[in-house]
Amino acid sequence: MERTAIRRRLTWQVATVTDVRRETGTARTIVLEVPDWPGHLAGQHLDVRLTADDGYRASRSYSIASAWSDSQGSTIELTVEQVPDGEVSPYLVDVLKVGDPLEIRGPVGGWFVWKPEQDGPVQLIGGGSGVVPLRAMLRAHAHTGSTTPFRLLYSVRRPESVIYVSDLKELASSDDVDVRLVYTREAPAGEPRVGRIDADVISKYAFTPQDGATTYVCGPTPFVETVADLLVAAGHDPARVRTERFGPTGGPR
Amino acid sequence: MGIVSPGFTGRQRGGTELPPGQYLTRDFPVLSAGPTPHVLTEHWEFTVTSETGEKYRWDWAALMALPAEEITKDIHCVTRWSKLQTTWKGVSLDTLLADVETGADYAMAHSYGGYTTNVPVDDLLDGQSWIVYEFDGEPLDPEHGGPARLLVPHLYFWKSAKWVRGLVLSDTEDLGFWETAGYHEYGDPWKEQRYAGD
Ligand SMILES: Cc1cc2nc3c(=O)[nH]c(=O)nc-3n(C[C@H](O)[C@H](O)[C@H](O)COP(=O)(O)OP(=O)(O)OC[C@H]3O[C@@H](n4cnc5c(N)ncnc54)[C@H](O)[C@@H]3O)c2cc1C
Repeated sequence: MERTAIRRRLTWQVATVTDVRRETGTARTIVLEVPDWPGHLAGQHLDVRLTADDGYRASRSYSIASAWSDSQGSTIELTVEQVPDGEVSPYLVDVLKVGDPLEIRGPVGGWFVWKPEQDGPVQLIGGGSGVVPLRAMLRAHAHTGSTTPFRLLYSVRRPESVIYVSDLKELASSDDVDVRLVYTREAPAGEPRVGRIDADVISKYAFTPQDGATTYVCGPTPFVETVADLLVAAGHDPARVRTERFGPTGGPR
Repeated sequence: MGIVSPGFTGRQRGGTELPPGQYLTRDFPVLSAGPTPHVLTEHWEFTVTSETGEKYRWDWAALMALPAEEITKDIHCVTRWSKLQTTWKGVSLDTLLADVETGADYAMAHSYGGYTTNVPVDDLLDGQSWIVYEFDGEPLDPEHGGPARLLVPHLYFWKSAKWVRGLVLSDTEDLGFWETAGYHEYGDPWKEQRYAGD
């Protein structure tokens, strides 16, 4: 497997919320001003730490939704989907407001990343909030002017669950980017298929094993397991399939 | 540094049995970098390679023939979940390394699928580590590292290499997969050694 040497001490820093944007009924994008942000690769994540007034703390990891460029100065974006009864995500989606401080530490992760100089086309497959790091890769693709072919397969429950609607429209207008939505519960008018990503969808819309693509799969664990297994069964080289699992298994084990 | 997050109350404060920054889960989440390898036990093999290049091999039947232990341990994942009192069955690394001639200080665990992680040999011995093949009384699922994984419960769970296929012993410390990608080289949850330099 490929190696990336990023061994640098990570310290907590205080970011400031400069903007928030509703994406869906349950997801929100948070724009942060981070004075000492060292930059990041598309696909990396950071840790967020919350502190209650008695000193109690809770931390969680969140993918960075934006691509890094010097021109953006020190601004980064996170997109958080509210998990019912969650400790941290409801705070980030509903309570945190513009002007508030937020402690973060990052960037982290050197594997689930896309670098513009990397060889071969890119297949992105996301489920739910798993689209977040994939959006950072699409953004990096756009602003570096890369002509690497990109395809996004994005699984959502229903049209209202799509995060980054206008963004995806804009990105999909590029000749090098193909965006395909898969609806699992309810599809918009004119879209007959309702159902999860299966072998058929993979063979129709994803790059083939011969295309030499690197595939990035991100979402809840069962989604990632299913999609990664489908890719391997379709003949994709496991070494070219990179995964990021966001949540629990959904079962007792 | 001490900031307070305006409006954050958090959950009810739990006991102190968890390492810092961890929370309790009843699920068994999965952390891995790629697709799950599906390895059949008839093709499975475990190899220890000493620092002089000597190889010691066990196939599945040989592993099954070794004395097994029931292990009950808390596990702590660097993505912040902890699970208490998990039960496993497997073979102690003390047993597997008993006849291996080595003075090496470091081990690199290698897995089917290409994953690696580095662990000091001292942390593999003295009843601290196992090759496990059952979880909760059932054969270990491929998703959780089956047919067999390393179990080093006193370190963050990424050290407990899933789909383990061997150990390479060495006098020098090399870094494994997550360690190269910015995670801590040792990974003690009680010292919260998550990332390099922690
Ligand atoms: C590397 C990494 C990157 C991540 N990036 C993002 C991101 O960009 N956006 C984002 O929204 N989340 C992301 N997550 C998930 C995030 O870290 C939290 O797990 C999530 O926000 C839930 O935290 P919580 O405190 O609200 O819920 P918790 O209090 O931790 O959990 C409450 C309940 O919800 C369940 N649960 C926890 N997470 C999920 C989930 N994802 N889906 C369904 N049920 C769940 C738990 O098992 C528990 O029963 C990422 C996780 C990782 C490991």
